[in-house]
Amino acid sequence: MYVAVKGGERAISAAHAWLDETRRGDPAVPELTVAQIEQQMGLAVDRVMAEGSCHDRFLAALAIKQAKGDLIEAAFLLRAYRTTLPRFGASEPLDTGAMRLRRRISATYKDLPGGQVLGPTFDYTHRLLDFALAAEGAPPAAAPEAETPVASTPRVTELLAREGLMQREPADPGEPGDLTRQPLAFPAPRDVRLQNLARGDEGFVLALGYSTQRGYGGNHPFVGEIRVGHVAVEFTPPELGFPIDIGEIGITECQMVNQFKGSRTEPPQFTRGYGLVFGHGERRAMSMALVDRALRSAELGEDVTAPAQDQEFVLYHSDNIEASGFVEHLKLPHYVDFQSELENLRTIRAALVREAMPEAAE
Amino acid sequence: MSIMDTAQTEQRRHWMAVLARASGEEIAGLLATLPPLPPHATLRPAETGLVMVRGRAGGDGAPFNLGEMTVTRCAVRLGEQVGHAYVAGRDKRQAELAALLDAALQDPARRDALMGGVVVPLAAGQAARRDSEARRAAATKVEFLAMQTTR
Repeated sequence: MYVAVKGGERAISAAHAWLDETRRGDPAVPELTVAQIEQQMGLAVDRVMAEGSCHDRFLAALAIKQAKGDLIEAAFLLRAYRTTLPRFGASEPLDTGAMRLRRRISATYKDLPGGQVLGPTFDYTHRLLDFALAAEGAPPAAAPEAETPVASTPRVTELLAREGLMQREPADPGEPGDLTRQPLAFPAPRDVRLQNLARGDEGFVLALGYSTQRGYGGNHPFVGEIRVGHVAVEFTPPELGFPIDIGEIGITECQMVNQFKGSRTEPPQFTRGYGLVFGHGERRAMSMALVDRALRSAELGEDVTAPAQDQEFVLYHSDNIEASGFVEHLKLPHYVDFQSELENLRTIRAALVREAMPEAAE
Repeated sequence: MSIMDTAQTEQRRHWMAVLARASGEEIAGLLATLPPLPPHATLRPAETGLVMVRGRAGGDGAPFNLGEMTVTRCAVRLGEQVGHAYVAGRDKRQAELAALLDAALQDPARRDALMGGVVVPLAAGQAARRDSEARRAAATKVEFLAMQTTR
């Protein structure tokens, strides 16, 4: 129970003034620009766009600056901002097969069409702190360019599907569910689960994906393919009646290949776990793909025993904005609630004392 | 739709895609080198909103809602033609100029000059940037030389 209380305005305004000052830090140090954050903290921007569920690099960078680098707070700011904008409609589904690739790797085939393209990756770095970066200097030398550019390449899952070894995805023409418009209901269909995971907390989804590898509902995955790059977004304005290309967005896709022992109606084959996220977010896309596959357990006739396979557990707890809201609301005044708990406790304890020492109470 | 209409729609889709990838500043810079366009009427002032981006489960399955993106739209009338723009991001100047050019480019009397003066140079710059990125990616392609020689 909450009771409206007046007061505290002066304290709040002083607290916010101090917040502004601490955000800026030492004025002798140059102020960060939003463009610097967008350019040089690009993966933080990508995470905020994914969890804020809104692709706009400048807005995500601004949110990071405002949130003093607290990425969950920044995602919250971005989600709040998007509610002020009208929705023009939904895009045509992205064609990730036509993606302009920066990176594309497969852990299942060494020599696959299009090859293994590493792109700008942390993989194979030594994870030693680079003190050279502490000294601001000239920009690094330009990355080498090959004579022949990479071209778009078919998905690895398609190669397996052509052989009949990979389960085909059912192409449901129906309108997908939308968590921004309808609350979660169970059992949640796969489209809603994918939307939930795509904007879920990276740490939570990562931990759940990890738990499946460690035996909590294991499904022995292989990375069929990870691709990072840009893809054109097509939208059909009602006033035109044909789809137009409205620009490109950065995207990461992960296809996990998983064993499936088959069922009465289907032969043994591989099945997919799928991850798709805004920006460059490999860890996020891989985790999403692991959890997507775990959440398919029930429909594939597998036992549902582990947390990552439990729809309600996963989908109700993945959203860090909802989770922060509910955890952090405990900070708000609960004076009246707590008074009643105190009263209760005092009454119970007094009763216990009376029972233990009846004569003393008389 | 007749073959003629299809070809025209394809050409229109092409210039719209090019204009959607150019900043308002870039478009304005190129337009300034050409004779000015006659005055136009704004049918829908530039407005920023959201488009829900959809993906497909497994890359090729049923659609799902991935998340939204900011998009700015605008509509203008120039003589007989109505021009539309829907462009990723929040650059209102870009949407206004893209809508104006969409109207102007539909007029066969203006098309060649505007294609040559604005759309072709923008498309060339975009293609060069795409090509440079694709070459950088190609430079990171793994050649399994050691594996092949030790086999």
